[in-house]
Parts: sequence; structure tokens; C-alpha cells
Amino acid sequence: MTTTDISTLGAALRAVLGDAQVISDRQELRTYECDGLAQYRVIPALVALPRTAAECAATVRACVDAGVPFVARGSGTGLSGGALPHAEGVLVVTSQMRAIRAVLPQDERAVVEPGVINLHVSRAAAPYGYHYAPDPSSQQVCSIGGNVAENSGGAHCLKYGFTTNHVTGLEVVTPDGDLVRLGGAAPDAPGYDLLGAFVGSEGTLGITTEVTVRLTRSPESVRTLLAGFAGTDQAGAATSAIIAAGVVPAAIEMMDALAVEAAEAAVRCGYPAGAGAVLIVELDGPAAEVDAQFTDVERLCREHGAGEIRVAADDAERALIWKGRKSAFAAVGRISPDYIVQDGVIPRTALPEVLRRIAEISAQRRVRVANVFHAGDGNLHPLVLFDDAVPGQAEQAEEVSGAILDICIAHGGSITGEHGVGMDKVGHMPRMYSDDDLDTMQLLRCAFDPRGLANPGKVFPTPRLCGEVPGRRRGVHPLQEAGLAEVF
Amino acid sequence: MPDDVLADLRAAAGGDRARPGGAGDAVAGVQPRYVAAPGSTEEATALLRVAAARHLAVVVTGAGTRQDWAGPPQRLDLLLHTGRLTGVVEHAAGDLIVVVRAGTAMVDLQAKLAPAGQQLALDTPLPPGAAATIGGVVATNASGPRRMRYGTVRDLLIGITVVRPDGVVARAGGKVVKNVAGYDLGKLFTGAYGTLGLVTECAFRLHPLPAARTFLTRRTADAAGTGRLAAAVLASQLVPSALEVDAAPDGGTEIAVLLEGTARGVRERAAAGVALLGGATAADEPPHWWSSYPWRPGDVGLKLTTVLSGVPRLLAAVGKAARRHRVPLAVRGSAGTGVLYGGLPAATAPELAARIVTELRAEAGTAGGHLVVLTAPPAVRERIDLWGPVEGLDLMRRVKAQFDPEARFAPGRFVGGI
Repeated sequence: MTTTDISTLGAALRAVLGDAQVISDRQELRTYECDGLAQYRVIPALVALPRTAAECAATVRACVDAGVPFVARGSGTGLSGGALPHAEGVLVVTSQMRAIRAVLPQDERAVVEPGVINLHVSRAAAPYGYHYAPDPSSQQVCSIGGNVAENSGGAHCLKYGFTTNHVTGLEVVTPDGDLVRLGGAAPDAPGYDLLGAFVGSEGTLGITTEVTVRLTRSPESVRTLLAGFAGTDQAGAATSAIIAAGVVPAAIEMMDALAVEAAEAAVRCGYPAGAGAVLIVELDGPAAEVDAQFTDVERLCREHGAGEIRVAADDAERALIWKGRKSAFAAVGRISPDYIVQDGVIPRTALPEVLRRIAEISAQRRVRVANVFHAGDGNLHPLVLFDDAVPGQAEQAEEVSGAILDICIAHGGSITGEHGVGMDKVGHMPRMYSDDDLDTMQLLRCAFDPRGLANPGKVFPTPRLCGEVPGRRRGVHPLQEAGLAEVF
Repeated sequence: MPDDVLADLRAAAGGDRARPGGAGDAVAGVQPRYVAAPGSTEEATALLRVAAARHLAVVVTGAGTRQDWAGPPQRLDLLLHTGRLTGVVEHAAGDLIVVVRAGTAMVDLQAKLAPAGQQLALDTPLPPGAAATIGGVVATNASGPRRMRYGTVRDLLIGITVVRPDGVVARAGGKVVKNVAGYDLGKLFTGAYGTLGLVTECAFRLHPLPAARTFLTRRTADAAGTGRLAAAVLASQLVPSALEVDAAPDGGTEIAVLLEGTARGVRERAAAGVALLGGATAADEPPHWWSSYPWRPGDVGLKLTTVLSGVPRLLAAVGKAARRHRVPLAVRGSAGTGVLYGGLPAATAPELAARIVTELRAEAGTAGGHLVVLTAPPAVRERIDLWGPVEGLDLMRRVKAQFDPEARFAPGRFVGGI
């Protein structure tokens, strides 16, 4: 891709979108060089800011005509480098498409544009007594379009499910530049569940331009407790006992001593002093059910060695309990100059063993690891601490972080529960899946994007050649381009 | 003359695994040349490699409970039976997951899970005594009343093992509930009617069996009355596991609400529910029509979907069609999710059945949904498109072309002739 090619494409995009919607100035482009995973940085060749689905489709068509790859980006809060730009491609930013088009409580649906902030959907539905259930920790800033791409989760997905369970319809721009509707407001559209395949495809199958989400009736009662334990073993045993009792809590979150220390330092959430682990358990639903089960949960926590148990008396106290948990990632910055946020999944029953292994590795390599996790579904978020100013520490932290994923795989788990594969975990995919598995997944990719122009280099370590490509002119083959010249 | 293909199939997976097809093996009137029943994913792979090399058209069958659904296969050389691919591979009760082979009967799986106080929360309608298999339920995306609380196959399936039409084994997902690594092929194979390959194993998320349940049943005067009650239940804090409606051809309409939970919780919610409904019968057992389709073998079976607020209108449209055309058109289904089923007797004149399908399809479309003809006598099938309008059909054809470029798997059974 030469400078001339880029300026030709830039002119084509300006003709469609208008001057203000296309960025080519190097300094301005730098604003978009990374997403929430800031150790990868690539300056895109161009940034396009479409305001409508038609503009978004025209942007993609211009890219296809030029044979230039494109990467979609919402709020840029992703933690796996999924929205990392391509050095010779166009970054398509959907943040200007942020209208909430309809809130339909009688249909339990809302129709929103991809740039709408996750929390704003719940706010719009709140007056009707409904909310949008998926609640990633970044919900105050992350976009619904990004949630769709990543199949985002959140603390409450233990009971309510993930983005994929709460999106019933999409309008997408395919990598051919066509606008297509998948699913709808009604359930069970006939044909293949391409909607289901698209959600969580990390921008490799196209760009979302409209999302129909399910709204959930807000619960009559919410009860939250915070319990301090001597260590993660006891907290883990309490978690297992709660699940074994047939309770499906809205959330069960665990933090170990180091994570508690960090949260306390950052937000003064008032967690039990000296606890080796804390557990946050939240139940919601009809008051009669919640009251009955909350008594059981309190008892089970005590039976498994809980010291202090604090029950939130009102929303303010509940918010304080959650504040410590939701700010845990950032809080770790208080106790370490740098850190890696890991995201792995294990069968919940393997928790004690896996935590012991992580502690062993941490001790052997002398790398501190703080543990924060969605204990109910075995989704670990180990925070691997290091100081980039000390030579070798970053590499060591990377090694420990990778070793933790290997432990997850060895226990039949996953290399990512909610942050996505993106750029960050491409190298781990072959450890979790066979070549045939990855090849088969890429059959779907070939159906949508035979030219490999949509977010190339993400999710799959080795692109599959798709055979004959229908339609438009073929430009420089993007698959041979890593596009990572400026990674550091 | 010796049959080379049969010899190859037998050599691939063992002599007792393949045999010539007979009249009793016919799928929607099409008789297969061969029938094979692999005992493992490996044997299935070997058989499907032979099928690929010999360019055989393949239809997969489980118990055959829903083989009358979808279109008849355009070609059928090899009927692949999952009857030997049975059993639970792993039930990790503490993790609330199960890995099960596709040929396992749904009832057998539930019986295995029940002692641990767990269930696969799929209450898909089953004819009495039917041994509907996991694979069949996944392939047809069959769902039941409790989809309102637990969702459908797509919400519960967390991992899948398939054999592609070219005989390559592939896995996607895993056995943990939370997992976003790679594409979710489980969703792609769900409801694909066997057109993309053979499903051999499924991993599901499980739910605890509720300690208590109650069915609240109340008769309603008409579709509008049903709609008002359904809306009241949806806006309430009852949190039902199912909200069903049944409108019999004789004009009687009933609404039923299933409450599941703790003994105390269900008791209190039931009292609130009876008050909300303005009087209702509470019972431990469901009404007789619960989780069953309103048609008999050989009848016309329809699936109608709508946005939630469109349920009363669609119910009214069905009632009107029944009166106008003087047919005993029955309808029942999930007023809590917008999925209804309609049944027309086999004796209905094919032209009339086709006309009713066209009319109701337009009504469903207006309500934001679809009408799919799940099953119908051949004379009705000839006159209608089973699937109706399908968004994204071009992409679906491209998906099919990638997975099954020779169009050998269940050819012609699915949308757009896929």
C-alpha cells in the first residue's frame, strides 16, 4: 500500500463521508493507536467516522475496492487488542453512531446504534422497570457494538448470560460492504443462526450498525453480602457449597488478599481487614425467593469459615461493596507500576488446585499475582504485577501470564472468558484448539470475508486461504501483511 | 454384483456398522441406498470419508422423531444413524455441565442428571414414548415452554464436536460455561437440520432442578383478554419459567403460568399470581396440553413467531382464519416469548391449507416474526414454501458452500433449497 493509494482511498472516503469524518493527520491518527490493551500500538493509515449504516457500508465498500483491510472500533476499551489498528488499513470508528432508536418494554427490546454506551441502554430502560443485563466492568464507557464483537460478559452473567444471550437482532455491514439483517426482534428467525455466529466474532465477520437487545425486567429484590475468609480455599469451598445447594446467584465474585489490599488502597471500600479472600454474593429476583435463599447463602458462608459477613442494607452500601470489585483492575496500579490483566476460565471445581498452582508459579518466578474472579463461573482475572522500569520484569510477567493460561487449558478451561482473543491471544489458540478446529471455524470466516479484509490478524494465528473470491477487484493480499510494524 | 460402496463403508467402520437401506429407512418418502450406524466419532469420521470419496448424499437421523420436519431430501444415499453414539461422556455436577453423545435420548439424559438434582433445561415437546435424541433436538432447534426462563439450545450449548462433510473432526467451544475463544460453531449447527455436518457430541450448561413448582391456569374469553393477562404477568415480579397459551378450535382459550423455585417462594408467588390473574387454578401438574404440539402425525404443523406485544394480534388472526375458512385450526405456545404453534388437520384441502399459510405468514410478518411450516402432507408442501422469507440467505448459501461444497448433506431440506 503506497502513500498514493492511501491518499486515493482517503479522497474516496471524504467524498462519501465528508471531510470532518475522515482522519489522515498523523498526530490525530495517533489518538487511535491502541485500545484498552495499550502495550500493542499501531497507527492506522486512516480513520473513518461514519454517522450512519449507509456511510459505514460505503466505507467498507471503498476499502474492498482498494483492497485495504479495515478494523472496527467502538469505545476502544477492549482488553485483547481486538480493535488494534492495521498499519495499512482503515480504522472504522462507530462512536458517532450513538442513537437509542427505540425502547420497547412491551416487546422487552431496545434498538440501538453500535456506538451507544452499554450503561445508557439500562438507563433508558429504567423508567419502565427494565434493564440491559450484560454488565461488563467498563459499562460506563464501553459500546454495545464492541460488546457484540467481543460477546462481553460481566459480573451478572452467571445468572443472566452474556451478550450473545441478550442480542436478538443485528444489522451488519458484511466484508463485501452489504447491509444485512440477522435475527430480529422476534425469536428464532428461520435459517442458520448467523446472528449467533456473528456475536463474539471480534470484528472478523463485519461491522455492526444496529443492535436489537433484549431488555430484562428489573428484579423486585436484590440482596448483596460481603464475606471475609481466611483464604481462597475457604472462599472457594463456600462458592461450591452455594452452587451445590441449587442456588443460582446473580453474581459470586472473589478477590484474594493482594487484590483486596489494592482495592482498599484505591477506593477505601471497607473490606474486612486482614481477610485472605473476600466473596461478594448477590441474589436477585422475587423477594420471596431471594429471602429464602439469602438465609441459606449466609449460613453456607459461615459453615465454610466466613469471619465477618456484611449485608448491604441499601443501594448505597451495595454500591460500596461493588466499588471495590469493579475498580480492582485499576486499583492494582496503586500497588504496582505495571500489570497484566489476564482472563482465563477453569471448571469452578478446579479453583483451589488452580489457585495453588498460580501461587507456586508466582513464588518460583518472584512475580506477584493478585487474583480477582467471577468465582461462580470459574472465570479468573489474575493480575500479574511488574515494573517495566526494571529490565526483564515485563518478560517475566508475560511468561507467568502465559503459564496461567496453560494451566487453564490443562484443566479443560478456556484462554478467554470475556476479553476475547484479539491480537493478544492469537498465539494461544493452537494450544486450545487443533488445526482442524481452527480450520473449521475459518470456513465461516471464508463465507463472510473471503478476501480476509475484516480485522485481519486477529483471533486466528494462521489465515485460511478461501479459494475463489466472488465479486470485487482484488487488491494487495492483506493476509501476507502482518501490519505490525510499529508494535512495541 | 458386489456393492463396492457398501464394502467400503463396512471396511471403514466394521462389518456390522453398515447395511443396505430398506423401505423402512425412508426419510420423507426417500429411501436410502445404505444405512450406517457409527459407534464413535472415529467410526463416523471413517464412514463420512467414504461418503465423501463416493460423493454420497447423507442424511443424519437420531430417533426420527422430527424427520417429517423440513423438506424431503433431494437425494439420499447414506442414512447415518446416531443410535450407537450414546451415553454421557462427562457429568461434572459441581460445575453444572454435561458432555453427552448426540444419539443419547433426551429422557435418558434427564434420568442421569436427576439424581444430582440437575437438569438440562430443554423441555422440548415429545410425543408419548418418543426417544428424541440430543442431536435431533439440536439439529431442529426444538424448544419448549420453559424457554422463557432458560432459553433455547443456543443458550445452553457450550461446546460441540462435529464431523464435517469431508470427514474432518472439529470442536468448538468447550466445557466451561464462560468462553469466548474462537467462533461459536455450536450456534451455527443448532437448527441447521444436518446440512452442515454430523454432530457427535454436545456439552451443555445445566441448571438445578427447582425444589418446587406450581402451574397457574385460567380460562380467558378471547385473544385480547389473553393478551391483557399475558402483559400483566410479563410486567409483574412473578418471574415465571413459562407463560403458555392454548386456544383450542372449539373456542376455549386457556393461559398457564409455571412458577419454579423454593417451596416458600413458589407458595408466595403463586398467591400473588392467582390475585394478578383474577382467579386461577393452582396445581402441581401441568394442564393436559402443556408442552405438546397442536397437531397429530400427518397434520400441518406451523411455527409462528412475533414480537411479544404481537401475541394477541397473532392469536386473533389465527382465530379469524379458523372462522373464516371453517377449519379446526388450533394454536398454542409461549406467550412469554412470542413463539406459537398452529395445527391444521391432515384432511384440510391442500389449497385451503396453503392459503391459510400464506395469510398467517403475512400476519406473522406484520408482527415482526415468521411463519415456518414444520411439517405438512406432500400435497400441501407442493403448494407452499415451507420457510417463507429468510434474511441473510445469500450469506447462508455461502456458509453452506464452505462446509459442504458438493451439497451432499441433507440436500434441499433447508431454507432456500440448501
